[in-house]
Amino acid sequence: MTIILLRRLLGLIPTLAGVALATFALTRILPGDPAVLFTSSPTADAATIQAVRVSLGLDQPLWRQFLIYLVHLLHGDLGQSISTGQPVLNDLLARLPASAELTVAAFLLAVAVAVPLGIAAALRPNSVLDHLCRLVSTAGVSLPTFVTGLLLIYAFYYILQVAPEPMGRLDPFLTGPSRVTGFFTVDALLAGDGETFRSALAQLVLPAITMAIFALAPLARMTRAAMLGALGSEFIRTARAHGLGWRRIVLSYALRNAMLPIVTALGMVFSYMLGANVLVEKVFAWPGIGSYALDSLLALDYAPVQGFMLAMATIFVVFNLSIDLLYAVIDPRTAVLSVG
Amino acid sequence: MAETLRSLRYVLAENRLTAVTLVLFLLLGVCAVLGPSVVPFDPLATQTAIAFQPPGAAHWFGTDQLGRDVFSRVVVATRLDLIVAFAAVLLSMAVGTLIGAAMGYFAGPFDTAVSRVVDVMMAFPLFVLAMGMVAALGNSVSSIVYATAVINLPFYIRLARAETSVRRDLAYVEAARVGGSGHARIIRAILIPNILPPLVVQASLNLGWAVLNAAGLSFLGLGVRAPTPEWGIMVAEGAQFIVSGRWWLALFPGLALMLAVFCFNLLGDGMRDIVDPAGRT
Repeated sequence: MTIILLRRLLGLIPTLAGVALATFALTRILPGDPAVLFTSSPTADAATIQAVRVSLGLDQPLWRQFLIYLVHLLHGDLGQSISTGQPVLNDLLARLPASAELTVAAFLLAVAVAVPLGIAAALRPNSVLDHLCRLVSTAGVSLPTFVTGLLLIYAFYYILQVAPEPMGRLDPFLTGPSRVTGFFTVDALLAGDGETFRSALAQLVLPAITMAIFALAPLARMTRAAMLGALGSEFIRTARAHGLGWRRIVLSYALRNAMLPIVTALGMVFSYMLGANVLVEKVFAWPGIGSYALDSLLALDYAPVQGFMLAMATIFVVFNLSIDLLYAVIDPRTAVLSVG
Repeated sequence: MAETLRSLRYVLAENRLTAVTLVLFLLLGVCAVLGPSVVPFDPLATQTAIAFQPPGAAHWFGTDQLGRDVFSRVVVATRLDLIVAFAAVLLSMAVGTLIGAAMGYFAGPFDTAVSRVVDVMMAFPLFVLAMGMVAALGNSVSSIVYATAVINLPFYIRLARAETSVRRDLAYVEAARVGGSGHARIIRAILIPNILPPLVVQASLNLGWAVLNAAGLSFLGLGVRAPTPEWGIMVAEGAQFIVSGRWWLALFPGLALMLAVFCFNLLGDGMRDIVDPAGRT
């Protein structure tokens, strides 16, 4: 197990280096001269701009700029944001919990609905639940997150008036709980502050549902297909012939064997969700890293965009790594094979 | 051919949904081709006197904040949205097939190097990569096409590579080689026609996703600019009025977008059922 982990970790290095190279290359072809932007004064003369260019290292050849960039990265220096005037790393870390809270809530919600639904659909093909599952998985992938979000806002905020105004993470008259995890709901619970918890939860519900609806579809579809495949295989027939209980057969025999494709689908769904994050954060004015990156992007402030892309890719790579490790836990054969 | 038609009829008869999808697809096609010449109002003409009218007899989908007819704008937008999606998917399929086929055929260092690049691309959440690319290429419609094409590339490359590598040593490829065909000719005339069916299925499955991506990017304010009628940007503009109850501004372009994506997804599923009946889920 340790060997696999080490090998997988070593394998990450070229990918992460490639990711760094890609973000570097993308931001170097961004429109606008960063030096001119950085001086942020149209009246700056050529000498000032040249001085800024030298101080930013923009007069160096590209390969040296990349090396300097890498060295900075290794020191955790992602550059400065022009719009906020803060180091990008601080900005990202301050906003990351908001995005993480939203994504985790949506992810858990999607898994909690999609997996049981998929299993139920596979157990009774062509039943009402199966049709529901098919409807959810076909309609779900067709719903653009930003449209679902707006429809939910219209229904629950404007018509039913049960949801709070879709602005941010908390009622504007409340102050955030003291930061422990950065998740407002968790922190409020830890502080024993019921009012803040209710407010944070109320703000979280709609965006989380919006994102979960989008993630549900591929997950339900994959669970159903994988369970159907597992239930149709010979070892299930053998287990039934031996008189094992139905519950035991479904949960510990079929489900465990159907787990691999489901977990693979989780990786894909997570990638979608990281992307959809930006859209959902914009719709609900959620102060996460997605809206931060978008604001910077529209202001041609490239360091935050670069930092955001790096952060997203790193999170995704680490997530995929943990999925690979999960494979080994679910199916010990994959672990043996990957060492050999 | 006759057999394909028979299987097509079988799939359509068995699955009513696919027949409905075809009708929907035709409707979208008509909107895209004839839309601008048949809509009742000029999609760009502003008339502030009649701003924010709810849907009614004169304006079926109501009017927006500048008094423009939402129905006309939604219909006219079809062309742009479909062109972006089709162009991106075709471009991606063409380039991805060539690269993937070359990788599968030549194998060796070329294969390894490109595989690494694909790995790096797949390390990004793809929508995030598209955002970065549109930012880098500049805010224009062609950037959306390129960005959507690039994020679709890995799927075609991997598929074409896998399909080619199982065929490269087959007898008919060997025969072509013995007959004096060069590498380029073998790839172009022998391998690519043979690997095309699964790639076409992949393309039709990708179309809906491409529409979503393109509209998502313009919803964020990347690519298409106001006042161009486009579903994503219309939803974005309507979003600010939804909290005051003016639902029609965002709902109708959103519905059009949903219908288009739904139609393409079902069409892709139907296409897969025809080409690859074993892959049904």
